[in-house]
Amino acid sequence: MSTREEILGIIEKNSRIDVHELSVLLGADELLVANELKNLEEEGIICGYHTMIDWSKTDIEKVNALIEVKVTPQRGIGFDSIAERIYKYPEVTSVYLMSGGFDLMVILEGKSLHEVASFVSNKLSTLDTVLSTATHFILKKYKDHGTILTKKYEDTREIVSP
Amino acid sequence: MRNPIGKKVVDIKPSGIRKFFDIVLETEGAISLGVGEPDFDTPWHIRDEGIYSLEKGRTFYTSNSGLKELRTEISNYIHRTQGVSYDPIKEVFVTVGGSEAIDLALRAMIDEGDEVLIPQPSYVSYEPCAILADAVPVIIELKEENQFRLTAQEVLEKVTDKTKILVLPFPNNPTGAIMEKEDLEEIAKVVIEKDLYVISDEIYGELTYSGKHVSIVSLPGMKERTILINGFSKAYAMTGWRLGYACGPQAIMEQMVKIHQFAIMCAPTTSQYAAVEALRNGDDDVLMMKEQYNHRRRFLLSEFERIGLPCFEPYGAFYVFPCIKKFGMSSDEFCTRLLKEEKLAVVPGTAFGDCGEGYIRVSYAYSLENLKAAMERLERFISKL
Repeated sequence: MSTREEILGIIEKNSRIDVHELSVLLGADELLVANELKNLEEEGIICGYHTMIDWSKTDIEKVNALIEVKVTPQRGIGFDSIAERIYKYPEVTSVYLMSGGFDLMVILEGKSLHEVASFVSNKLSTLDTVLSTATHFILKKYKDHGTILTKKYEDTREIVSP
Repeated sequence: MRNPIGKKVVDIKPSGIRKFFDIVLETEGAISLGVGEPDFDTPWHIRDEGIYSLEKGRTFYTSNSGLKELRTEISNYIHRTQGVSYDPIKEVFVTVGGSEAIDLALRAMIDEGDEVLIPQPSYVSYEPCAILADAVPVIIELKEENQFRLTAQEVLEKVTDKTKILVLPFPNNPTGAIMEKEDLEEIAKVVIEKDLYVISDEIYGELTYSGKHVSIVSLPGMKERTILINGFSKAYAMTGWRLGYACGPQAIMEQMVKIHQFAIMCAPTTSQYAAVEALRNGDDDVLMMKEQYNHRRRFLLSEFERIGLPCFEPYGAFYVFPCIKKFGMSSDEFCTRLLKEEKLAVVPGTAFGDCGEGYIRVSYAYSLENLKAAMERLERFISKL
């Protein structure tokens, strides 16, 4: 595996790791790792360093919805322009072009059910090219970005063994 | 009343780890780096296959040697990793962990008084199993200056007319030492010249961090003289499933299976079904875990260097074996004080043979966060000495 691949493997799980520690884990030169990180950022491969938050454990209300959107693709530009019109809304967190029964998957974060509903009916459905939408609300997150949210790791091994 | 206990058993020293275990249990809030098993759960698809076999009602004995499909997968695995072919029916059989295979191999091959060469520091069971098989254990003391590898010279120094078996415990617990192809070639020469047999315990084979693990069975003339022992515990994080295997010449396997059928009957059926899945679809899991271990290995070595704890670089298993001689304490004293003063548990090197004196075994089968917290304690302890 290349250093690049290994760096990505590690920081995907732990973006707070510093360059020194990263170089220790990889057994690579610190300067080389720092340069590689910079390159990865410049090339847009590393797009950000986010924090995973389980909002349901806070007092702050968040409602997440997945919306399946069917659209009419436009000659010459396909889905790109309609996708852009949708992703520009700040409440939209993700937009994916999908294979299968619908075209765009829009993931939305709102403060309330009402807010999400009004976004779908007032903004999304009224776009010219949108044929139909189906909105699914997320009730509970068990696992997100590879992390299990509902259980903590517990070490149940014998404390000393040969 | 008559003394109910047999003399041979009484004379065997209890494991040094056991004694330490009891002290650790009494210490509240202790962090342990004393565990000899992976911290990962068994990969889900492997567990799922075990559960599925139970649902389907696969709850009966298997044949004494184990499921044919499992033995076939074991044979395929050795062929693809070492280029050596074993007949899955006659030369492979499934045991209750690698440790059963060690016991059986010794019992099947030993006549009273035969000598068994056991390199130490090494896993705790070779010497007692040899004694229980009426063999005379002859210890070879491995040296740090050789990176705890076994040399041909060391074997030659201990070989007598009575020597029958050489135990080859690499990659090694507790030192993390490995044997590379050139090292093994030297050993193989002596083995053939002195007409010895080898019990090669390769349970940590997959956890080799400098290239690929090389088994002595891949060297010319060695398949005929070697019992290859491996299992699922370390590579696939399956310690609790208790599943290992032995491969070797048919004549020896037959006798080992004879003891196995009377003492054990067969290895656990659920585990065998899970193990088939492990060998068929588990390569990526092994790679992922190995990568994590390797990160931690490098982290510990770098931390030891920073806090001034000398340590040779080990390339196998999930242990490092730093030297504590410069602190003027015995391993036992060092570990006991470290536990009392900083609540950090590591295992004294002497638990793996007298020549482990002056060393401690530190396991990195722990998360990086855990290792970091432990290194803070170790640093504080050392700075006070």
